[in-house]
Amino acid sequence: MDTVFTYLYQVGFAVSILVLISLGLALIFGMMKVINLAQGEFLMLGAYFCVLTSNMGAPLWIAIPVAGILVGLFGVVVERTVIQWLYGRVLDTLLATWGVSLLMIGIVTTVAGPQSHSISSSVGRVVVGGFVMPGWSMVIIAAAVLMLLATYLILRFTNLGLIVRGTMQNPQMARALGTNTNMIYMLTFGFGSALTGLAGALLVPLFGASPTMGGLYIGKAFIAVISGGPLPLIGTMSASGLYGSIDGVMSYLFSPVLGEIIVLLVAIVMLRLLPSGVTGGMRKGI
Amino acid sequence: MLWFLFRDFTRPSGERPTVVWWLFVVAVAGLLLVWLPGTLGLAELLDLSVVFVLALLALSMSFLWGYSGMLSFGQTAYFGLGGYVYAVSAMNLGTTTLPFLLGVLLPMAFALVVGYFIVYGRLSDVYFSVMTLVITLVLNKAVRATSGSQYVVGDVRLGGQNGIPGVPALQVPWDPATTLFIDGVYYLSVILVLVAYVGLRLALASRFGRVLVGVRENEKRIELLGYDPRRYKLGAFVIAGGLAGLSGTMFAIWGNFIAPEMFGLQRAAEVIIWVIVGGKATLIGPIVGVGLIQYLTTWLGTQGVGQVTLVLGVVLIAAVLLFREGLVPTLGALLLRLTRPRRRDDPNKRDEP
Repeated sequence: MDTVFTYLYQVGFAVSILVLISLGLALIFGMMKVINLAQGEFLMLGAYFCVLTSNMGAPLWIAIPVAGILVGLFGVVVERTVIQWLYGRVLDTLLATWGVSLLMIGIVTTVAGPQSHSISSSVGRVVVGGFVMPGWSMVIIAAAVLMLLATYLILRFTNLGLIVRGTMQNPQMARALGTNTNMIYMLTFGFGSALTGLAGALLVPLFGASPTMGGLYIGKAFIAVISGGPLPLIGTMSASGLYGSIDGVMSYLFSPVLGEIIVLLVAIVMLRLLPSGVTGGMRKGI
Repeated sequence: MLWFLFRDFTRPSGERPTVVWWLFVVAVAGLLLVWLPGTLGLAELLDLSVVFVLALLALSMSFLWGYSGMLSFGQTAYFGLGGYVYAVSAMNLGTTTLPFLLGVLLPMAFALVVGYFIVYGRLSDVYFSVMTLVITLVLNKAVRATSGSQYVVGDVRLGGQNGIPGVPALQVPWDPATTLFIDGVYYLSVILVLVAYVGLRLALASRFGRVLVGVRENEKRIELLGYDPRRYKLGAFVIAGGLAGLSGTMFAIWGNFIAPEMFGLQRAAEVIIWVIVGGKATLIGPIVGVGLIQYLTTWLGTQGVGQVTLVLGVVLIAAVLLFREGLVPTLGALLLRLTRPRRRDDPNKRDEP
């Protein structure tokens, strides 16, 4: 019984982490067909905003959403100043976001120093049978589910969500029907960044915040989004489910590094079979 | 009549080298191999050698990106692999000739395997770039995790974060008692860059190179003409992997030291910046780019003005947004316009009705 729980917990946690760090990236990728190489640094910024607000006295459950909103605003600024000039030039966009990533690491290191900052959560431990889990992991799993659900509800049932889905499927037609697609791109980028910032803030109680923390996560996030393909929700869920399970089991049995190597190998073979990701062949859906 | 030179630099396609170009190569070789070592001290030669060592990596990148149209974000994977293969095998075997060759051949074999999956899977732009990046990131993580004493290859501990110190200097193949000193490494790196430069230029002028440039311009059309673009792309990928491996091997020899930073994100970004600053569709541009950026980072380091990554980020964003062609092509075009009289009877320009 305990072993079953252990595996369930390991897999659930690994999948949730993967969902958290890649959902915002997948949304941006689905909309603009572009990978934001500064994804890791957006996470890092979310973590720093969270540390900053909680150091100013705010409780954690306020600091985390605040961090998300601030990173979302930052994303809009980046979109307006850099990315909007590069639409249609996919590779140039990748390069520019890489520049943004280096710039952000440089600025944060200059302002806050290279050392790691941490805050502790008041959530204790959860005991199931003879198995003890850190409570914050439960928060992370819940947050991943909530974020997927919220994104689904917004995209599926709101007016704005309809326009966003339309723009994803056929931007020319959306423009022809009078949608300001540039505005939609900007909003999607901002929303994706906000989700990423939220994820970064949620990671703080477990892993702390340091300028180069982004590099730890981007490998997995990129693999998940690339193998997920253009449909953000189905893609993220299927890729995170697959890789998270592999990663969780392998990390538990051997080591996290081996888990990541095996995930990469599986991804390479999968992309040989499905070059545009799991959802590459699907035309509809989110 | 300087523009003859610049015409060669700025031509993106594989044009047959002219006599003037050969004269230029000989002149530069003479300058670098005869005149410079006589005028510079050992410290300066040491600083200059690393520029040439890294220039090999930059050439590999521009061959792949500028000429074959494959933007690999992870040439550092082959660079680091070359360095580690040389270090580990040289320290195990005690000789250095075979390890030197292995440092080139193993990265080529690795590139062949990786290339098979990602080239034959027809991964397009974003997918290709991001996968190559992830491969180097995972290699970096894997090497970083080898700090324990159980990670031993032969007699050599991989050392994780700390890297491997005391990488043996290169022995002269026919006289193993003599090893290359600072000036020897300098000569070797200059010669390798010259050979790589001339070799790539000739390869690009050959049938293989012309098809490659054709693939870059329009892959579908090349395929309709009866070529299999994937074979050519895989060939280019393997050549670039070998060149990057050579660069890594020389880097290990130059510094007597290797560390996981060779695979790291910052190094991977630097490779891109050298090439984009110098001009990706030229072979001379990336070499100039290495020199400039290397000088800039060293200078920033000595000035102590904050973060090198910050400046590199600004340079990369500015290069993408403002100077897409890079330095050498821009200068070349400028010089062309200044030295050549403007043609009035341009056949491409139609008269207004």
